Amino acid sequence: MTAVAEASASPRSGRGHRRPLLQSERAQGLALISPTLLYALVLLVAPIAVVITYSFWSQDYLTVDRTFTLDQYRIALTEPIYRDLLLRSLWVSLLVSFFTVSLAYPIAYYISFHGGRHKSLWLFLITIPFWTSYLLRVMSWKVILGYNGVLNSGLMGLGIIDEPSTALLYNTSAVVITLTHAWAAFAILPIFVSLEKVDRTLVEAAKDLGDGPIRSFLRVTLPLSLPGVISAILIVMIPTVGDYVTPKLVGGKDGVMIATAIETQFKRGANWPLGAALSVITMIVVTLMAASIVLIIRQAGRRIR
Amino acid sequence: MIEIRSVTRSYGTFKALDDATLTIREGEFFSLLGPSGCGKTTLLRMIAGFDDPTSGAILVDGQPMDGIPANRRPTNMVFQSYAIFPHLNVEQNVAYGLKRLRALAQVSLVGLGKRGATELSGGQRQRVALARALVMRPKVLLLDEPLSALDKKLREQMQVELRRLQQAVGITFVLVTHDQYEALALSDRIAVMFGGRIAQVASPKEIYQRPANRQVADFLGGMNFMKGSVVEANGATITLDTPGFCRVRTDRPAGFSGNGHATLGIRPERLRVLWDDARASHEISGKVVERHYFGEITHLVVDVPGFEKPLSVTETNDFGADDLPIGAAIRLGYDPDALVAMAD
Repeated sequence: MTAVAEASASPRSGRGHRRPLLQSERAQGLALISPTLLYALVLLVAPIAVVITYSFWSQDYLTVDRTFTLDQYRIALTEPIYRDLLLRSLWVSLLVSFFTVSLAYPIAYYISFHGGRHKSLWLFLITIPFWTSYLLRVMSWKVILGYNGVLNSGLMGLGIIDEPSTALLYNTSAVVITLTHAWAAFAILPIFVSLEKVDRTLVEAAKDLGDGPIRSFLRVTLPLSLPGVISAILIVMIPTVGDYVTPKLVGGKDGVMIATAIETQFKRGANWPLGAALSVITMIVVTLMAASIVLIIRQAGRRIR
Repeated sequence: MIEIRSVTRSYGTFKALDDATLTIREGEFFSLLGPSGCGKTTLLRMIAGFDDPTSGAILVDGQPMDGIPANRRPTNMVFQSYAIFPHLNVEQNVAYGLKRLRALAQVSLVGLGKRGATELSGGQRQRVALARALVMRPKVLLLDEPLSALDKKLREQMQVELRRLQQAVGITFVLVTHDQYEALALSDRIAVMFGGRIAQVASPKEIYQRPANRQVADFLGGMNFMKGSVVEANGATITLDTPGFCRVRTDRPAGFSGNGHATLGIRPERLRVLWDDARASHEISGKVVERHYFGEITHLVVDVPGFEKPLSVTETNDFGADDLPIGAAIRLGYDPDALVAMAD
């Protein structure tokens, strides 16, 4: 009787022995991530939830009507001004990420392949501009590109132009130039890291198998560093779509982007639901664009082979 | 086929390769053998074009290689890490240099063409690396320790395959290895290197039986060394007296200064235990002080009265060497031909 009871109890106790262990591991894991998790919930998930909720409401002057409506989305998608602003934002962010990555790749390549013992010094030098505030860096571009700015006086001094050009500042290209500079380090670092991971004997093997420097770069180094390129593009592209400070300071009338329109809705326009709807649409579009860029680059990487 | 003419490679004051001169013949399986840091890989990389000599010249097929980049040399390399392109599959790896897939069959990789490079085992990776180099139809195939990453069983199997492959394709193979057995088993000729210098270039048998100096002898398996005094030194031969051993007259060893002392060596397996009343023309008597069992053989350490150091003896276990008690008095027989004279 006791023997039977023991026999039937033992597998259960064996299982019972395991479960608290697993539970405690799970509990430990949760405890470890809980500060971050809490932070993410309070400061990321909650605001997004609020924004999404607001986007389904409507507002008349100062009173918010909390009945469910898709009106805000209808307005946001049909009013040409918002569509144009969103398209311009996407276009600017694409240009910025293209130029940033194109300029960052050679720098990262140089540091990784020819940096020698001074790699960390080079990386350190790259971060120096980031010791000053983002605002100051944007303002300094105003000084460079302005009517009486460094570039204009330099060009006039060289006799290339007769009077200061107004084409430099307060337009889309000023926004692109400023953002490209502002995000450079964020593109250089991930590309550098993925180039560091490229096994140098693979490059030697490519040369051994008949590839010159350009072909071995295109067939081995570039495809193997694509993960870094992709993350650089995403790191630069996603925040620039919604950038607000740079267009405001150097963009002028011509350089207004979607973030400015969203700001207007939340402040002067006093239409929080419309601002929220614009935000949600921007988020969705950015997500879709980021995903398609990743897919396109991966596909292109496969094509190179 | 390959001529290395007094090639030196220095890094600052350190000489990785010091005045190396060497000729590798066409169709030969040639090994560069030595401990790590002896300069063998440096030399191989210079033949491949990944490194340049500080001075001296390298000629492949009569052509000076000076200033010719790796991608335009008639050589191909199998890297130690195999350097399989991880973003390509087997077929794309093999066809990297050109679009010929004949080599897949040659190294038995049929059916693996579409498999991803990261899904391969060590032996398969090695085959892919070989195939990838062979499709290029190189005049010389360079192998940088291609078997060192494999386990013992697989390594022995690949050694046999490598040798067969070399005979089938008839290309000159230059192998870098630190494994003396691999070099002995595979090569037509071996260059033994120490500290950036080439110590000896000869056939495996000659290197093993007639090592040029103590270092070479020691690197290729064990050897008993004894101090001998030179009683006569002619132009080509010397006569050596060693206590306990017979008088030996041999070829004058390389680097022998002319008189005084020389080193006499005998391999442990060339000393055999004389059982019961067996006789040999030359005998030494001693006492067993240590015994180490290795399965098919036993290592005996035999103390001989009047010797500075005890003798190492390797004996097969056919007659019970593994049962010899410590302290047993035994007689050892040897053939005078097994004695090697070396410069001190």
